[in-house]
Amino acid sequence: MIHFNRFTLENGLRVIVHEDNTTPMAVVNVLYDVGARDENPQQTGFAHLFEHLMFGGSVNIPEYDEPLQMAGGENNAFTTNDLTNYYIELPAENLETAFWLESDRMLSLAFSEKSLEVQRKVVTEEFKEHYINKPYGDVGHKLRALSYTSHPYRWQTIGKELSHIENAQLEDVKNFFFRHYRPINAILVVAGKVTTEQVKALAEKWFGDIPSGEKYVRSLPVEPPQKASNFLEVKAKVPLDALYKAYHIYPRNDQRYYAADLISDILSGGGSSRLHQVLVKEKKLFSNIDCYHFGSIDAGLLCIEGKLVKGVKMKDAEKGIQEELEKLQQNIIPERELQKVKNRVESMLAFEDMGLLSRANNLAFYELLGDAAFMNKEFENYERVTKEDIHREAQIIFNEKNSNTIHYYAGN
Amino acid sequence: MVNRSQAPAIKDAVDFEILLKPYEKFNLDNGIPVYAIRSEEQETLQLELIFPAGSWFETENLIASATNFLMKNGTSKHSALEINEMAEYYGAYLNRACFHENATYTLHCLTKHTADLLPVLQEVILDPVFPEEELSTFVQNMKQKLAVNLTKCDFVANRHIDKFLFGEFHPYGRVSNMLAYDALQTESLKAFYKKHYTYNNCKIFIAGNLPANIIPLLNQYFGSTKWNGEELIVRPELPVLPAEEKKYRIFNDENGVQGAVRIARPFPNRYHPDFGKMLVLNTIFGGYFGSRLMSNIREEKGYTYGIHSQIYNFRQVSGINIQTEAGRDVCEATVTEVYKEMERLKNEEIPEEELSLVRNFMIGSILGDLDGAFHVIQRWKNLILNDLDENYFYNNIRIIKTITAAELQQLAQQYYNKEDFYELIVI
Repeated sequence: MIHFNRFTLENGLRVIVHEDNTTPMAVVNVLYDVGARDENPQQTGFAHLFEHLMFGGSVNIPEYDEPLQMAGGENNAFTTNDLTNYYIELPAENLETAFWLESDRMLSLAFSEKSLEVQRKVVTEEFKEHYINKPYGDVGHKLRALSYTSHPYRWQTIGKELSHIENAQLEDVKNFFFRHYRPINAILVVAGKVTTEQVKALAEKWFGDIPSGEKYVRSLPVEPPQKASNFLEVKAKVPLDALYKAYHIYPRNDQRYYAADLISDILSGGGSSRLHQVLVKEKKLFSNIDCYHFGSIDAGLLCIEGKLVKGVKMKDAEKGIQEELEKLQQNIIPERELQKVKNRVESMLAFEDMGLLSRANNLAFYELLGDAAFMNKEFENYERVTKEDIHREAQIIFNEKNSNTIHYYAGN
Repeated sequence: MVNRSQAPAIKDAVDFEILLKPYEKFNLDNGIPVYAIRSEEQETLQLELIFPAGSWFETENLIASATNFLMKNGTSKHSALEINEMAEYYGAYLNRACFHENATYTLHCLTKHTADLLPVLQEVILDPVFPEEELSTFVQNMKQKLAVNLTKCDFVANRHIDKFLFGEFHPYGRVSNMLAYDALQTESLKAFYKKHYTYNNCKIFIAGNLPANIIPLLNQYFGSTKWNGEELIVRPELPVLPAEEKKYRIFNDENGVQGAVRIARPFPNRYHPDFGKMLVLNTIFGGYFGSRLMSNIREEKGYTYGIHSQIYNFRQVSGINIQTEAGRDVCEATVTEVYKEMERLKNEEIPEEELSLVRNFMIGSILGDLDGAFHVIQRWKNLILNDLDENYFYNNIRIIKTITAAELQQLAQQYYNKEDFYELIVI
């Protein structure tokens, strides 16, 4: 049970306080309700590029990192398709430094041309490092583009192509900031050796006078139900053939999401999971196989990916997967297996909750979903899933018409 | 209106008192030492068994890691699948790892399931049988994984640079290869297991919310017999054989858009008086986000997504390794800039403000690292396994708080000389 207090400043900034006296540290986490899904299709990768620019100095503070390091703090940030999250961890005595830094960059950035120029290059190198210069690095992009026709999940947070990042202009940066980085679109979580009274006073002092901004109302293209399977064949300079399949699942707030999540654990959560046991250990069709999903707020994808053992034919590998999916569609899973994946979730949540930073991140995320208190109800949502739910959802999700497949061949 | 151009007052690092929470120590009935850090606030625990069974002790390449990996894949009573099912049913993670010196088995679980999981852990440690088929699947899959990794410039660069520093026959420089995987035999795994995973070579580290009867439980499963006999492991002396040639350019992928840059030199191990001081200089040079290398090569020039300098924590001999992946056309410029930053540290004293920032950053980061029982036991483990105690830890903190700019400049003059560094670019 994660305890927290919550209040809202007059400018609309939502503030959550999680008191934990067992640590000498404090975490200040600022989540902005903007991610890659909010980008213009001609300017993809912008939310993430923008995250980099948030470290390039703000209106009153030329250097973001230095004063924080001076206060013994560390920070980082991440951008997903759904949101952008910034966090600081520092000795609780120096908490106010974090308020000073975070509030100034919410007030306004410095918008330096130099910072934009450098970060364009840095992000270009990040793009190359993870998506171009790695074997199979382009699959994530291809799988999204194959599976989504309309929803902006069809591109990755890093962006569709390098040129979008290279063409970003300072004017775009300013517009993006004043549209999305306003108190009304943000959630502040303060956790650790702090008191709610102290946080209230600091929040008023540092964030209270920032203009509220306009509430960003999201209206994204809706992904129509997929009517027929999609298929793509790729040849690339990689050593092994690989197979990728993606299926549409449910939004994060939908109860069926939990069944889909448990299905991915049944298929590949650990050494006793079905795909690993049957396809890697028994049939030796794959040298490794994984099933995972995006965990995205709008309806995401559940993916299966594996590398084929040399000499195995693509159609045999695919048949192997298909047979395992059909077992889930045809038979109700044993009670013990369902209990196993629920126990796995219980344990995973407990380990997640150990970290102060992770608690702060999660409180912000659940508040974005609608209510930070959802965090304490999460396990109940999993417990509610029945064998029949798994059976029904396996039939719906793994319907051939809902599938997107990439055959990725090793070539020269 | 609040004055935003004025930074709030801060408490300085030198004023933080850092305490390493002491461990409790028990001995099991057969003498196995158990080091424990309790924390009632969590519902989880971590239990780690450690053996001197790392690559240092192997007589053929890959034996140590293969043995460590396959212990979990079949006992005389249960198959790999059954073992995984028993552990995973309780939502537990049963992980293994093999390093240069030691090999470990670690259980992470909810405290309430401890008694159900110890029998599984016991079986894996005391009764593995190394089935032929498990070995052949392992070999096949590891070779496939290696084939993929060998197409990555960073992976290839890491293999080469360690080979240059320590020699390809030394455990620190030896790398996996297809032939070595093919040569693995279950008989040699069994022999390696029998010799190294014995009760008298075992140490146990446990942290978190411990059940009240943890010691009786550990005694029941690991403390009541002299399992696997009493082998005395002698640490062999293994000389390092660094490469003669210092400068390398390797083409791994003619279409590569980035190059992996590595600039490295050998460095004394943690017992040398310069080691703790060098940790401070290394942080300034390339050990944190605001480092000289990051500021210049990422934040000023945009050549890379990240550049870091690290000091290896190896026991016999250490090394300094600067590493980055940079744009193909700026790799050479990156190398030039790295040496330029070394020269600056040799020629100019570090400004007091920068030094004070790094002191604060390092102390703050240690404070954060000591948060929670799992982190505290990790610190103790590193000390104990290296035959050190808390004095070493406190001495390093004293160094961070008191080292002077003049001392750091001297260190730079001694250790940041271009001619001592191996230099490698893999595209």
